[in-house]
Amino acid sequence: MANVFTRIGDWVNERAPGLMPMYRKHMTEYYAPKNFNLWYYFGSLAIVVLVNQIVTGIFLTMNYKTSAAEAFNSVEYIMRDVEWGWLIRYMHSTGASLFFVVVFMHMFRGLMYGSYQKPRELVWLLGMLIFLVLMAEAFMGYVLPWGNMSFWGAKVIISLFGTVPVIGGTLVEWIMGDYLPADATLNRFFALHVIALPLVLLLLVVLHLAALHEVGSNNPDGVDIKHGPKGNRWDPNKPADGIPFHPYYTVKDLFGVGFFLVIAAFIIFFAPTFGGWFLEHDNFIPANNLVTPTHIKPSWYFTPFYAILRMIPSFFGTAFWGVLGMFGAIALLFLLPWIDAGKVRSIRYRGTGFKVALMAFAGSFIGLALVGAGVVGEKLVEWVPSDATFWENTFGRVMTFIYFGFFVFLWCYTHLGWEKTKPVPERVVFDHD
Amino acid sequence: MTKRPSLMKKTISSLALAFGLLAGSTSVMAQEEGNLPSAGTNIRDQASLQRGAKLFFNYCVGCHSLKYVRYSRMAEDLGLSEDEVMNNLNFTGAKFGDVVISHMPEDSAQQFFGKAPPDLSLEVRAKTADWVYGYLNSFYVDPTRPVGWNNTVFPNASMPFPLWELQGVQTAVKKEGSDEVEKLELSQPGKLTPAQYQQATRDLTNFLEYASEPAALQRQRYGIWVLLFLAGFTFLAYLLKKEYWKDVH
Repeated sequence: MANVFTRIGDWVNERAPGLMPMYRKHMTEYYAPKNFNLWYYFGSLAIVVLVNQIVTGIFLTMNYKTSAAEAFNSVEYIMRDVEWGWLIRYMHSTGASLFFVVVFMHMFRGLMYGSYQKPRELVWLLGMLIFLVLMAEAFMGYVLPWGNMSFWGAKVIISLFGTVPVIGGTLVEWIMGDYLPADATLNRFFALHVIALPLVLLLLVVLHLAALHEVGSNNPDGVDIKHGPKGNRWDPNKPADGIPFHPYYTVKDLFGVGFFLVIAAFIIFFAPTFGGWFLEHDNFIPANNLVTPTHIKPSWYFTPFYAILRMIPSFFGTAFWGVLGMFGAIALLFLLPWIDAGKVRSIRYRGTGFKVALMAFAGSFIGLALVGAGVVGEKLVEWVPSDATFWENTFGRVMTFIYFGFFVFLWCYTHLGWEKTKPVPERVVFDHD
Repeated sequence: MTKRPSLMKKTISSLALAFGLLAGSTSVMAQEEGNLPSAGTNIRDQASLQRGAKLFFNYCVGCHSLKYVRYSRMAEDLGLSEDEVMNNLNFTGAKFGDVVISHMPEDSAQQFFGKAPPDLSLEVRAKTADWVYGYLNSFYVDPTRPVGWNNTVFPNASMPFPLWELQGVQTAVKKEGSDEVEKLELSQPGKLTPAQYQQATRDLTNFLEYASEPAALQRQRYGIWVLLFLAGFTFLAYLLKKEYWKDVH
C-alpha cells in the first residue's frame, strides 16, 4: 500500500515539480518563532471559521430561497424540515459571530506586539482589507434571512450612503435597486454574499499568508529572529529561535482548534441565540416595512462603529460627519504602520504611555460597543431617567474621543520622541510549560 | 532569559476573564426583559408540553396558526400517537403531515379585531418565554377597549382574553391620581385556582417555546455527546502537542 502512495507521489512530483518545494516553504521549512503565546492561536482559528462558513454556507444555499416572499419561510424550513438543517444554520450563524471574536483578538494581538510595523506593513494592510470585506460579507449575510431586523438594519445602513453630498439619494437607490430594501436588494446581496465576496476573501487570505511568509512571523517579544543567531536543529542557516511550522505549530494549533470547538459547540448546541446577541429576537419576526423594531441596531460586531456614527452630531445641516467618522475609524487602522513610528514592537518593552493608551483604546472600543448595542442607554434610563440621552451622548462622545485620540497620541508619542522604551532582549524569551 | 508566567496559567486566567464577560453580557440581557415573572418552562417535560398543546388547540388555534409546525412532527416530539393528535388536537380536517393553520379567514379577523391575529410559531423566540407567560397572566377588564380587555405587559393589545373562564376576571388597581396600573386583582374567580392557572399558562408557554424551535430537543440531546467527544479530542491534541514540544528548548 505504501508503495502505491510513493508511486502516486512520484508521479505527481514528476509532473508538478514545484509542489513539494512550495509545501516545504510554507510548512516544514517555514521557521516560526518558538515563543508564540495564547494570542497566536487566533490566526489559524480564523481559517477554521472561514472554512466552516464556506462549507455550511454551501449547504444552506441548497434549501434557501432567494426571494423576499420566500426567504424567511425557507430559513424556518431549514430549521425544522431539512435533516440537520438546524445544525448547519446554527454553525453558520454562530460562526459569523465567532469570526469577529477571533478577528478582533487577532487584530488586538497585532496592536500589542507591533505586528504591523516594518517590515510587515503589507501583511497588516492585506489583513485590514480582509476585515473590510468581512464586514461587508457579514452585513449582507445578515440581510438574507429577511427578518425584521434584517430589513431595518439594511435600511439604516444603506441609508448612510444617502448622506453623501449631491449623489447620496441616487446612490441609495442604486445600491438597493428599489426605494426600500426589497426583492432586488435581497437578490443582489445573495449574489455578493455567496460568490463575489467569498472569492475576494479567499484571495486576500492567500495574499495575507503569502505576505507573512515572505517576511516571517513576529512574536510576543517583537524580536526579529531572522536577525538573531543562525542555526537550529533542522538547518544551520535558519534562525536559532525558529521551529518548523509543521509539525510544531500544526499540532499546537490542533489543540487550539479543539479548545475553540468546545466553546463553539457549547454555543451551537446550548445557546445558539446567545441571549439575543448572535440571533436577535426581532429577526424571528418576518421583514415588515410598516412595523419598526423598538431598537434598531446592527449585529454586535458592528456596534462600536455604529456608536461612532450615532455619537458624532450633524453640522451644517448634514449627518455626513458621522458617516465619515465611522469609516475614518476603520481607515485610521489601515494607516497604523505609519502613525506608529515606535522603535520597539512589543508592548513588553514599550513605554508606559503606549501601554496606557492601548488599554484605553481597547476600553473605548468595548465602551462604544455597549453604546451601539443600546446597553448603556438602557442602564442610564434606569439610573437617570430624565437625562439618559444626555449622559449616553456624553459617555459615547468621550469614548469616541479616546478612540480617535489613541491615533493622535500614538503619532505624537512616537514621532516626537516621547516614548521611553525598555531594552529589548537579543533573543526571544521562551519558557516551556 | 527572564521567566514569564507559564502559558497554561495565562490561558486559564484569560478564559476565566472571557467567561466573566459572557456571564456579564447574559445578565444584561436578562435585565432587558424588565420585571416580567420567570416563565419557568422546561421543554423536556413532555407531560407539560402535552397539557400545553391541549390548551393551545382548545383555546388558541381558533384564531392563531402555527404555520411552521406539522401535526406529525408535533406528535413525534410530544410522544403522542397519530390517532391521539388527529382525534383530540386537530379540529380543522387537516392531514397528519400538514402544518397547523387556523381556519379564521384573515379578512374577518381584520374586521373583528382591527388586526389579523399573528402566527405563533416563533412567538417565544421573538418575544421570550417570560414575555408570553407574563402576557397570559396580565389581562384585565377595560371597558374603554374595543374587545373589553387590556393587558399590562402589552398595553392596548387588540386581543380578547379567551382564557378568562380559567383564570377568572382581573381588574386593574390604578395608582392614585394617575392612569398607571399599580397591580391586578382577581375580582371574579375562574374554573382554576391562581396556582393552577399559572401552571396552565406555564404549560401553554412551554408548548409555544417548543413550537418556536422543535430542534431544541435534538440539539440538547446531541450536544452532550458532541461536547464529550470534543473534550476528548482536545485532550488528545494537548498530549500530542506536549509530546512534540518536549524537545523545543
